Amino acid sequence: MQKPKARTRSRTPEKTWELRLYVAGQTPKSLAAFANLKKICEEHLAGQYHIEVIDLLKQPQLASGDQILAIPTLVRKLPQPIRKIIGDLSNTERVLVGLNLRQE
Amino acid sequence: MDEITGGGLPTGRPTLVAGSAGCGKTLFAMEFLVNGAMHYDEPGVFIAFEENAEELAQNVASLGFDVKELMKQKKLSIDYVRVERTEIEEAGEYDLDGLFIRLGHAIDSIGAKRVAMDTIEVLFGALPNQGILRAELHRLFRWLKDKGVTAVVTAERGEGTMTRFGLEEYVADCVITLDHRVTEQVSTRRLRIVKYRGTLHGTNEYPFLIGKNGISVLPITSLALEHEAPSERMSTGIKELDDMLDGKGFYVGSSILISGTAGTGKTSITSAFVDAACRRGERCLYFAFEESPSQIVRNMYSIGIDLAPHVKKGNLQFYATRPTLYGLEMHLVTMYDLIKEKKPQVVVLDPITDFFAIGSIGEVKAALTRMIDFLKTEQITALFTSYTSEDQSADQTIVGVSSLIDTWLSLRNLESNGERHRGLFVLKSRGMAHSNEIRSFQLTAEGIKIGTMDFAGRSIRSVAGGG
Repeated sequence: MQKPKARTRSRTPEKTWELRLYVAGQTPKSLAAFANLKKICEEHLAGQYHIEVIDLLKQPQLASGDQILAIPTLVRKLPQPIRKIIGDLSNTERVLVGLNLRQE
Repeated sequence: MDEITGGGLPTGRPTLVAGSAGCGKTLFAMEFLVNGAMHYDEPGVFIAFEENAEELAQNVASLGFDVKELMKQKKLSIDYVRVERTEIEEAGEYDLDGLFIRLGHAIDSIGAKRVAMDTIEVLFGALPNQGILRAELHRLFRWLKDKGVTAVVTAERGEGTMTRFGLEEYVADCVITLDHRVTEQVSTRRLRIVKYRGTLHGTNEYPFLIGKNGISVLPITSLALEHEAPSERMSTGIKELDDMLDGKGFYVGSSILISGTAGTGKTSITSAFVDAACRRGERCLYFAFEESPSQIVRNMYSIGIDLAPHVKKGNLQFYATRPTLYGLEMHLVTMYDLIKEKKPQVVVLDPITDFFAIGSIGEVKAALTRMIDFLKTEQITALFTSYTSEDQSADQTIVGVSSLIDTWLSLRNLESNGERHRGLFVLKSRGMAHSNEIRSFQLTAEGIKIGTMDFAGRSIRSVAGGG
């Protein structure tokens, strides 16, 4: 499985969710985060999302732009406001709350 | 600062600087990097958790640190790490690799040897999982050591603990605490080395000042008393006074005290000396604590000592302040900085009496000890004037400091036959044979006149001197 930069196309661009997953190499946490993210997106945002995976080991200079401290970090760039979720995303509930997909 | 720590901060290890808000931690950290970049060719990375690069640059610009220039030259890199609790949601396991990567990238990109982190405790408020945070902090300090960088990490003082979140358990090697106190409306900053494994260090508190060149720490007293003792002499500027001092005047680099009651002529003796020194091309710093420089110059002119040309040429520089304006430490550091900058051969403090109003006898004596030690190390001749009451032997303040003094000239008012005369005599003068006579002392338009007194205390003959 090779995923330096993965893109998943959507069919309706207007309401596309822009999601960025920051990882540091292919660690178990990073791989788990990606798998969990895909699952959640397919279930709740089918056809409306766009995931970009950024490997900070390959591009360290990108860490400061989104103020990344923890790995893995999921950043919801769109829709605004920016939300950040840290962790391997194994806790689906918290991910949904963090993405504001679940009414709290 | 390096003196106190025995050579500076430990290389390749982290130092913790703890202090409450406003103590100067950020400044300390920044100065550490700036000095490294400018004087030791060691680039530095500043990880800021509270201010961004722009704000930091502005804050330290007034201290003469041109951060932007250093950043351009790739000698300094500032990374602002913003952590906002409300923005972050925790969902699963994570570590702080993002921070490590940013730090590593910054260090590698400029080849940094020094790192400052200000203040890492912000993370405690921002990240919900303290367990992960503490584990990662452990890892961070090991990582910094492995990277071979010398790090300064700042933290807030805790109530009763050294730091609010217990950072000191991670940074066992060197801990410095900063303190900022306001007593009697005078503020004093102090720093203390609390822990320093493997080396000797002073355990006292050291007053410091944040001035126009960054942090100045008062020099510590040389406990070993290792000053060189010069054997050259310099004229007092008054021939008769030279005669009273074994014909040759003061020792270069000695400390001289001129005491007397009000109006006896202390300033005139210092001025005669300063005048002679300036004529020899020496530089003098005159710290005036009671009279304004223009008043001193005018008064001295009336007795035939013209200081104006020396001031104009720059050989004589006056600095006038009221002692009550600042704390004792601030005065000391201000003088120390000026002396270091101007490198004079002669320093005058006129008078020192008012310092007793802002400190106890012990404190003033300690301060003067430091000053005299410093001046002796630099082989600068120092003159102090002091007011005494009529009965000098009872004057506690003078007795307290007289042991620091090499030469003590005393001016007295003497009455005889219904007349008042001024008398001058040498109370002590180490290392030379000195006169034990009381000479008559007069201030005339032609200058200072010192003569002999007859048994009745009346002046027989006076020979013009000084000018």
